[in-house]
Amino acid sequence: MEGLHLEALTIARGGVPLLALDAAVAPGEVLSVMGPSGVGKSTLLAAIMGTLASGFSMTGRVWLDGRDITDLAPEARRVGILYQEELLFPHLSVGGNLAFGLPRLPGGRAARRARVAAALAEIGLEGFAGRDPATLSGGQKARVALMRMLLAEPRALLLDEPFSRLDAQLRAQVREMVFARAKARALPVLLVTHDMADAEAAGGRVVDLG
Amino acid sequence: MRPLRAAPLLTLLVLLGPVAAGLIGTVVPALGVLPALGGTRPSLEPLAALVAWPGLPGAVGLSVTTGLAATMTSLAVVILFVAGWQGTRAMAALERALSPLLSVPHAAAAFGLAFLIAPSGWIARALSPWATGWDRPPDLLVVQDPCGLAMVAGLVAKEVPFLLLMTLAALPQAQPAQRLTIARSLGYGRVTGWLKAVFPAVYAQIRLPVYAVLAYSMSVVDVAIILGPNTPPPLAVQVVRWMADPDLTLRFLAAAAAVVQLSLVVGALGLWRLGEIAVGRLGQAWAEGGARWHGDGALRGVGLGVAALSTLAVTGGLAGLAMWSVAGFWGFPDALPDGVSLASWARHGPGLVAPARDTVLVAAAATGLALVLVLACLEAEHRFGLSPGARSLWLLYLPLIVPQVAFLPGLQTFALMAGADMGRGAVILGHLVFVLPYVFLSLAAPWRAWDVRHATVAAALGAGPGRVFWAVRLPMLLGPVLTAAAVGGAVSVGQYLPTLLIGGGRVQTLTTEAVALASGGDRRAIGVTALAQTGVVVLGFALALAVPRIARANRRGLRAG
Amino acid sequence: MRLTFPLAIAAVSLAAPVLADPDPADWPAVLQEARGQTVYWNAWGGATATNDFIRWAGQEAANRYGVQVEHVKLSDTADAVSRVLAEKTAGRDEGGAIDLIWINGANFAAMKAAGLLFGPWAEDLPNWAFVDVEGKPAVTADFTVPTEGLEAPWAMAQVVFYHDTARLPDPPRTMPALLDWAAANPGRFTYPQPPDFLGTTFLKQALYGMVQDPSVLQQPAETVDYAAVTAPLWEFLDDLTPHLWRQGRAYPQTGPRQLQLMADGEIDLAISFSPGEASTAIANGQLPDTVRTYVLDGGTIGNASFVAIPYNASAKAGAMVLANFLLSPEAQARAQDPAVLGYGTVLAMEKLSPEDRARFEALDLGIATLSPEALGPVLPEPHPSWMTRIEADWLTRFGVAE
Repeated sequence: MEGLHLEALTIARGGVPLLALDAAVAPGEVLSVMGPSGVGKSTLLAAIMGTLASGFSMTGRVWLDGRDITDLAPEARRVGILYQEELLFPHLSVGGNLAFGLPRLPGGRAARRARVAAALAEIGLEGFAGRDPATLSGGQKARVALMRMLLAEPRALLLDEPFSRLDAQLRAQVREMVFARAKARALPVLLVTHDMADAEAAGGRVVDLG
Repeated sequence: MRPLRAAPLLTLLVLLGPVAAGLIGTVVPALGVLPALGGTRPSLEPLAALVAWPGLPGAVGLSVTTGLAATMTSLAVVILFVAGWQGTRAMAALERALSPLLSVPHAAAAFGLAFLIAPSGWIARALSPWATGWDRPPDLLVVQDPCGLAMVAGLVAKEVPFLLLMTLAALPQAQPAQRLTIARSLGYGRVTGWLKAVFPAVYAQIRLPVYAVLAYSMSVVDVAIILGPNTPPPLAVQVVRWMADPDLTLRFLAAAAAVVQLSLVVGALGLWRLGEIAVGRLGQAWAEGGARWHGDGALRGVGLGVAALSTLAVTGGLAGLAMWSVAGFWGFPDALPDGVSLASWARHGPGLVAPARDTVLVAAAATGLALVLVLACLEAEHRFGLSPGARSLWLLYLPLIVPQVAFLPGLQTFALMAGADMGRGAVILGHLVFVLPYVFLSLAAPWRAWDVRHATVAAALGAGPGRVFWAVRLPMLLGPVLTAAAVGGAVSVGQYLPTLLIGGGRVQTLTTEAVALASGGDRRAIGVTALAQTGVVVLGFALALAVPRIARANRRGLRAG
Repeated sequence: MRLTFPLAIAAVSLAAPVLADPDPADWPAVLQEARGQTVYWNAWGGATATNDFIRWAGQEAANRYGVQVEHVKLSDTADAVSRVLAEKTAGRDEGGAIDLIWINGANFAAMKAAGLLFGPWAEDLPNWAFVDVEGKPAVTADFTVPTEGLEAPWAMAQVVFYHDTARLPDPPRTMPALLDWAAANPGRFTYPQPPDFLGTTFLKQALYGMVQDPSVLQQPAETVDYAAVTAPLWEFLDDLTPHLWRQGRAYPQTGPRQLQLMADGEIDLAISFSPGEASTAIANGQLPDTVRTYVLDGGTIGNASFVAIPYNASAKAGAMVLANFLLSPEAQARAQDPAVLGYGTVLAMEKLSPEDRARFEALDLGIATLSPEALGPVLPEPHPSWMTRIEADWLTRFGVAE
């Protein structure tokens, strides 16, 4: 089965059930998970990423494109994630951040550099490879973060309230860009948000955890 | 994976093994057992002999009063200062001035202070004879006074920077700006509001550093020799004297006194804890009483004044040492020497090359080992989701709380019996016991405060735990790692008793050199050596600051913090 | 790392072919064995002049005999005694950390009694032939304890006092005069705090000024009426203490500390165990050039400084070579030069060759140094038991007074 499948997923903290979810997200589809803060939305994403903090326990399975990824290390799952903050690595340049996500390519360093330059052009940031990420505007950072994630060729995308920090105008722009690119690559997307507008813009099904 | 999982246990072993072994090596002779000296059967004779020593009440009284006074004063100064000046420019300035002072070795600071305040010191010289009428130093017992006031002053000058930096590190978790704003909007003055709303949260964080200051102040040896009274001296000094006496049977007495010293520290800590509870109760009633006291200006002034004074005492003392190191003949009451020359540097400098090399070598090795262990512990904590409890923090502080005189002599015997060759290797391991806690304390907070979502993002980008550590976390935390290294280096450079006792005198550092010279009282030689000692430490901090700045000249995001 | 395999031991013995103790009677063998050794010389490091001298001696030993010398600077010689004891406790009977100790008096007596010393070796040294055994009994009786070849002398010391003539032109020359002067000029005299070696020496010197029959001091204190003999001393100190610097509530911790006090003008009179110390300090800018040295009427205590080798020293041959060099006329003349150290020689002038004698005659003893004649009669050190008991009693009476 293609896409992301959460099979009878339950998460408990210290033995106390926190949430339960059974859902399938098809390629190119967006599933929005809503709920007030504290309900465990971010914990759900951590469970899918494989980074649940100690003290939490989960049952059920996570399937991605027909592969059981429940017990895989986070880096082996091929699940991408974007947070509210861009979390660009401050010690690397903009180009270095993109190259960090880029898998090994034939053609060595020159090929990688070319690929990074092309990716920057794709998001309208030609010539930004040497820039310090701290000098970018909010919209530029969001684009770099998205492109960095896409360069790693994920098979699914998790979004943890990625638009809530942006102002209204930028927010629509970035939201549209993210959803468009996810759709273009046929990625199943799981969006957690407390903002109905985000869920509506996503256009997919909405699950309310609250 | 395996070795990483074992890191916390290995670290505890490195830390507590020597302390435990040393304590056994002290307690056993205190009970009369030391076969080489004919003590084969346990007896209470050493303790009885100690009780019969006429100086015991005085020595014990001094240890307790100077320790408590130094700790209370340092804490009060830091609290008043932070309460009155948090978030201001004065605070930022003093913080910058104090950080390097933290690295000034205790002995060097004590020498400097002694020269400032002595009847023949710089202050008296500056005021004589025009203001005081003195053309000879007055016969006043200012340094080495029987109450230990000069010693308390010396300890306060050195502990204020330590407690201040610990407080500043703990401050963000208490959200001081928000709490203070709320308190002030409720009509409380700055100091009162801070004390009522922020202090309780801060104190909970700095409790262990305060305990370390108390234990250290009660059992310090080098500062007490330079500034403290001698008729009788504080108990810890007497332990070292008996330890060094040619009459070898005094070893039993020394061991018994070391055990008493240990119980004194434990007792004082208990007393302090009771005081904490009492102050906590009273403070709660005070906070809930709603009194809004507005005499804040005076308190702010006192806080700033004393904090600035302690800064001045250390810097002024160092300036005095620097002046002595280049002085020709310099009689009283001249404020400046007759002539200035580099003769003392030319005379003592060449002899300092070898000790400086060993100082750097030992400090670098001990700090390097400590960094590896601490990073391994922190990484294990992250990867295996270990959550260190309050107890592990206590264990970390144990080497800082158990008095050095109580376990180092015992450790020396153990090291010899284990066949560990005395020399640099053993000294490095000995230093590690004291360096490791400071490196851990310095690095743990920034390491844990790192946003782990960076790790998740990197993993989502396909990076395994190894690459996350080496390519993301370590480079992002380069600044704190280097700062921790500089702190560790400074701690190592300052060690006197461990170097002397474990190294068997074969490992000579600038500190052992300085304290050996101290007994001779040649201010020029002391000036040269103490400055060299301070210079090594300051160089370490300068490197820790400069390297990330140079390497990251174009990365603004790393400089904000 | 402990090597346990026979093969490993063989490898080690190839690297260090001689495992038995060197025999000082076979001096060429000693010289050969010493070459390449490193000697850890544990010596008090509190005086910059002696540190400089030791550095020079180390350089000479390296150039001439291939013996490297490391000066382990002690703040108290007893640290080295403790160290050897700790090694013996731990069963480390070979490869000890200390090769040579600058020692005398109670430290020597303690090490000798505890069997912690190597030897006899000192009287087999080639340069022993020059030592003034007849004229300076202190070179073979360390505080009355026979040295028996377990330590080699390298310097003579005699109690002197120094005073700043600018403030005190006519110093007191007897103990009663000292008391009167101190009463008239309170706060201008002190002495190092016992158990500092020099401080205890002041007490013994004062005792010499009080006893009727000085010969009792040569017997162990247990064999005479100690209380009666020392009663005048305690009476004297009870009278003197209130007039001391800081009213006797604090004392300088060592002898050289008094240099700084005199330079600062805090004290006018100080005791020293080195006739050349004041001249050396003037040359170094540590004292004003108005300081002069004098001795008490009736003589002052004199003794010798020695070097000894611990029983478990790692470089015994190198240590003997260094000790022998310290006894050479060249090293002795340098030590006596007040610009260097100002220590008296242990050699007999008449035993030296004319050239060597000339080295001593050429010395300018410095403005504050007394000639050997002016130093006056030398009183022998009392038996070590006096030092131990007086020190303990002083500590009880004055050391914990506050």
